[in-house]
Amino acid sequence: MTTVKTERDAEMALRGSGGRQHWGFLPHRRTVNRTAILSAAVVLLFAASILLGSYTITIPDFFKILVSHLTDGPKIPGASFIVMENKLPRAVIGTMIGAAFGLAGGLFQTMLRNPLASPDVIGISYGASAAAVTAIVVFGATGAAISGAAFAGALGVAALIYAISRSGSLGSGGGRGGNAAGNRLILAGVGIAAALHAVVSFLMTRTDIRTAADTLVWLNGSLNSATWDRAGVLALTLVVLLPAVAVLAGPLRILELGDDAAAALGIRVGMTRLAVVLTAVALAAVATAAAGPVAFVAFLAGPIARRFTRKASLPASALVGVLIVLAADYFAANIAPLLLDGTVLPVGVVTGALGAPFLLWLLVTSNRKDA
Amino acid sequence: MTTTTAANSTRPGSASAEPTLREEAANAAKLPAKGHQLPVRGGSRTAWLLAAVVVLILISAASLAIGARDVSLQTVWQALTGFDPANGDHAVVHARLPRTVLGLVVGAALGLAGAAMQGVARNPLADPGIMGVNAGAALAVVTGIYLFGISSLTGYIWFAFFGAATAATVVYLVASLGRDGATPVKLALAGAALSAGLFSLMNVILVSSQDTLDRFRFWQVGGIAGREWSVVLPGLPFLVIGAVIVLGTGRILNSLALGDDTARGLGQNVSLVRAITAVGIVLLCGSATALAGPIGFVGLVIPHAVRFLTGPDYRWILPFSLVLAPVLLLAADIIGRVVLLPGEVPAGIMTALVGAPVFVWLVRRGKGAGL
Repeated sequence: MTTVKTERDAEMALRGSGGRQHWGFLPHRRTVNRTAILSAAVVLLFAASILLGSYTITIPDFFKILVSHLTDGPKIPGASFIVMENKLPRAVIGTMIGAAFGLAGGLFQTMLRNPLASPDVIGISYGASAAAVTAIVVFGATGAAISGAAFAGALGVAALIYAISRSGSLGSGGGRGGNAAGNRLILAGVGIAAALHAVVSFLMTRTDIRTAADTLVWLNGSLNSATWDRAGVLALTLVVLLPAVAVLAGPLRILELGDDAAAALGIRVGMTRLAVVLTAVALAAVATAAAGPVAFVAFLAGPIARRFTRKASLPASALVGVLIVLAADYFAANIAPLLLDGTVLPVGVVTGALGAPFLLWLLVTSNRKDA
Repeated sequence: MTTTTAANSTRPGSASAEPTLREEAANAAKLPAKGHQLPVRGGSRTAWLLAAVVVLILISAASLAIGARDVSLQTVWQALTGFDPANGDHAVVHARLPRTVLGLVVGAALGLAGAAMQGVARNPLADPGIMGVNAGAALAVVTGIYLFGISSLTGYIWFAFFGAATAATVVYLVASLGRDGATPVKLALAGAALSAGLFSLMNVILVSSQDTLDRFRFWQVGGIAGREWSVVLPGLPFLVIGAVIVLGTGRILNSLALGDDTARGLGQNVSLVRAITAVGIVLLCGSATALAGPIGFVGLVIPHAVRFLTGPDYRWILPFSLVLAPVLLLAADIIGRVVLLPGEVPAGIMTALVGAPVFVWLVRRGKGAGL
């Protein structure tokens, strides 16, 4: 225990002098290097998830399939279908939701300065779940309607949590005030999540077992039903949201200096906060709408990225988010069936089982006064 | 009864000639209540307790009378005193008897366990649902159903005990490690994290086995409907033992409220009394969860409501919780019977819908700092 503490203290000290306060606008070289390593890992994992698995193909075959698909050339029977309609959309959607969740978590965590304040921990994904399950069970919704309901649910619950925890600005200035606001946000989220969980459980009993089983898979966050249509919608929304993140990244860094300093530097503090919250919630909501609430990706990406790059970095959070989703999905789709008589697990089961111990560990090692 | 003298904190002169150290401690324990409502005097607390018992009897009668087919209170009395098998109304009353008894014992168990948990953890947000005890019991029960084909309640109960005890221990240990001990936020988060992880593991089983899902989804909503006597009776001994243990811990909880060091100074073997109380809590939570499924928020809401009547003296909080928690659970059950006719909303859902706003109110009132 003591060794862990001293190590952490050293790390904190390092971050305090070398990282936090010297926010340059040009990234540190180590950050660039580590981000490059993460990008390479994403490319490797993306390739592995397409080429390997229960149906392996070679790299030349993959390009042959891709070219013939784009040029309407002759298709390789079987292989074309599996790659173009199953593996590729799955990997593409996995990449996009991983990045979206990672960024959403990174934005929240940076702004509230609390690793625990990610959209999945504070219960926003439960709003999406409850709305989607209501749509499925009560209104018999399918496909895009489910996604729309999930999106609306996430936004609704985010607004509710924000309204409850308001009274004092969000994460103001740092110090006790900021932590208290963050804690209220987290606790309000935990309470609302518990109530919504009850609603979801109840709806699960009001339908036949087939629908209940399908709903359960959606609830866990799954890439099993990935299609190009869904990928297209997701890509369109990200085209809007990613530039917004890029624009906000600069002001967000200045906000880390504290409200007064940021205001003195010409940042409109309230507006920036609101814009960050809206962007982060929208990112989490579109990702949830596309694949269901994949547990803990938003929460895990930020802290892991920070430990790896030694700096809070949004691109690194996004890349780590992608890595988590792709790795977990590879395990869920290719390794779990070997252990479980052919059951393809929803990817969120894997991230949930990994994320919970990490959150517990973060709580154990936490040195913060009340985080 | 010494309780009355200790309760007269406002008039020290009227206390017994030589107040013992422990009674002093009990008085001192009231200090934090300053600023809240003043606790009522001893004599009127007895009157309140009697009033609560009357309310409990009334609501039990209502539970026998109200439902899809309403029965007059007179008929209820006749059915209880002189049962006539040929009378349809009598049969209805008898059919409602097991669920009413179950509501009484499960409600009492959850109320007691919640109050004792808040005392032992010195934490206003402690609750079987929030702390992940329900999730632990649920995972253990699902594992029992899936791996060992358990289908009898006597089988469930041991799994539920094991799961509840393990989850409670893990959550409390995780929350209390680190510099500040178990703060409300850490406890709530540790509970939420463990619940999420356990639900993920549970979903591994549920996704791969539709049979288990079909049995489990009805247990999971938490309700007291449709249980036969054969289900209710085997659980009773565990509940009674747990209730006796916890009811005896009033003084212990009072001295623990002063902090571990002071409690030690008052001659308490702190870790021993904690362990004994924890055994009682696990007996209560485990058997309540095995009998009725996971029912959240009763253990959270009732002790807080009770404090308005009793002040912070656990010797009164415990019996009041014992009497008033079943009132809430039965009321929830009765409302659930009539809101969605001809269907029913399980009591566990209704308590969550009532309890979540109370939780949020507690969070807001706490204003972050010490909560």
